Amino acid sequence: MIESYIPIFLILAVAVVFGVVSANMSWLLGPQRPNRAKNSTYESGMEPVRTAHDRFSVKYYMVAVLFILFDIEVVFMYPWAVQYRNLGLYGFVEMVVFIGILLVGFVYVIKKGALQWD
Amino acid sequence: MDVLDIAIALIKIVVMFVVVLLTVAELVYTERKISAWIQNRVGPNRVGWLGLLQPYADVVKLLLKEDIVPAAANRFIHTLAPVISIGVAFSTLAVIPIAGPTITLFGRTVHMVIADVNVGILYVLALTSMGVYGLTLSGWASNNKYSLLGGLRSAAQMISYELSMGLSLIGVIMITGSLQLTDIVHHQHGWMWNLVLQPVGFITFLVASFAETNRAPFDLPEAEPELVGGYHTEYSSFKFALFFLAEYANMITSSAVITTLYLGGWQVPYLETFGLSDGWMVLVQILAFMLKVAFLLFFFQWVRWSVPRFRYDQLMNLGWKVMLPLAIANIVLTGALLLFL
Amino acid sequence: MTFETILFYVLALAGIVSALLVITRRNPMHAALFLIVNFVALAGIYLTLHAQFVAITQVLVYAGAIMVLVLFVIMLLNLQNEQDLFEKRSWRSYSGPILSLLLLALLLRTVAFVSGGSFDRISPESERIGTVANIGQQLFTAFVFPFEMASLLLLAAMVGAVILAKKRFP
Repeated sequence: MIESYIPIFLILAVAVVFGVVSANMSWLLGPQRPNRAKNSTYESGMEPVRTAHDRFSVKYYMVAVLFILFDIEVVFMYPWAVQYRNLGLYGFVEMVVFIGILLVGFVYVIKKGALQWD
Repeated sequence: MDVLDIAIALIKIVVMFVVVLLTVAELVYTERKISAWIQNRVGPNRVGWLGLLQPYADVVKLLLKEDIVPAAANRFIHTLAPVISIGVAFSTLAVIPIAGPTITLFGRTVHMVIADVNVGILYVLALTSMGVYGLTLSGWASNNKYSLLGGLRSAAQMISYELSMGLSLIGVIMITGSLQLTDIVHHQHGWMWNLVLQPVGFITFLVASFAETNRAPFDLPEAEPELVGGYHTEYSSFKFALFFLAEYANMITSSAVITTLYLGGWQVPYLETFGLSDGWMVLVQILAFMLKVAFLLFFFQWVRWSVPRFRYDQLMNLGWKVMLPLAIANIVLTGALLLFL
Repeated sequence: MTFETILFYVLALAGIVSALLVITRRNPMHAALFLIVNFVALAGIYLTLHAQFVAITQVLVYAGAIMVLVLFVIMLLNLQNEQDLFEKRSWRSYSGPILSLLLLALLLRTVAFVSGGSFDRISPESERIGTVANIGQQLFTAFVFPFEMASLLLLAAMVGAVILAKKRFP
């Protein structure tokens, strides 16, 4: 059964090799004439102001955390969905309880304005 | 698993690569032609007959340009990011079945799918999650405010819509009872395409696919007026081409996945009644699959030039406050219906 | 030297090397990338144990979601390359490696005790146990209580995340 995964390794290897070869092809084929203007960071023609790595908003962090939590919920749903026909009403009620608890959390998050993107 | 099986797998992989690369080239051309017709102009018609060689001219031009990496950029990650994007875009096609019956080649039965893994759908989703890194790392590695902001925004957009994608699939899995893509396609015989059985799921998955591939109307991260080039501002020459290659390859992959999951994959309704031999059936089914994928690709491009772009907060609100509850409601409804029917 | 054994050794080597690279890189971004490689190697090892669902979930959740969060945090906090701290060689700096070695010895002893001394036998049941169908069957019949507790855990995490980041919200 693990034999069916070998083509996956193969295709990943081929895709990576293709990516690496083509990403470096232009370095091989094109001219290389660096000068100060070309090597500087782009800022619509001005000199760059401050470094790029200043602190950014915490909204992105909130999105990532909520994504993890809901991703775990989705992962729990996959085995449930595969066995759904065998689990019957009992399984349905279990999952509704699970979703319900997480929906309580979701409503809390929305009411608190954590997903407010202004 | 011996050398001959590996050789057959490699042949399938190479054929798939070549077909996808050619299709991507054609997509570049059709995008410009379709946008031209929608905007009442002509589009490329100089290079080759009707301008069909235009994408190849573009590729050659981009190959011969200078590869500029800004001095402040992190060179290794700068080169790694498009490799991740393109690697993920191609690898997802390993689990898509393109025809039903098996053919015999060199004495072995060959299934018309590269890797028939029994967690097929999860493999597609896992690779989509890895694809987020391509954009995020390119934004970071360029050491440029615009790139970083574009990269972060597109990463946040992609992960928000990944949830709706995953949740829409639960309905399909509940109906089929298996994660294997070949089983899902086999289940959709006759008129029972999942499009009919899961209309809400189809719509949420379609919208989420638009957002995952960063296609309009969800293409704010690469919108020119807003963020210059977004995450690919500091990329030139072939790495820039690789990002676009990756975007079109992602379009092809998304269309193939939507076709497999909702439009019946290679199924042609009631084809068995014609009593064709295996070889002919394979050909007809491959053709049907390609027509469905082509229609979806046309749909992707049609929507781009017809609909205005979302603002970023509208986009995130849609993803979290509309699509997520809708997908969950779809699951509960499907569950209830399956119990009582 | 069957194919599975070679595959295991390759994946284990990849996992160890990437783990070592994680803790020795100065640039936090490089360290995070090597951690992603480590997680993918772990997923490969799970595959050799026929635990397909766990393997794909490892890539989907760990390498795909949690590392995205780590990357966001590194980018948002603008973590610079780590400066060398000068620390006197006290008993504290030796206790770390010694405790790790003790932990390793304990783990090896436990595994040897459980598996009866041989390390390269995979239970013949594992092919049946690792499928998604079986996990679905077990998780929602025999183990339903931990499953519901997991939902409470996730709820607590959601509330915690909102409170931690609360300063910015009106």
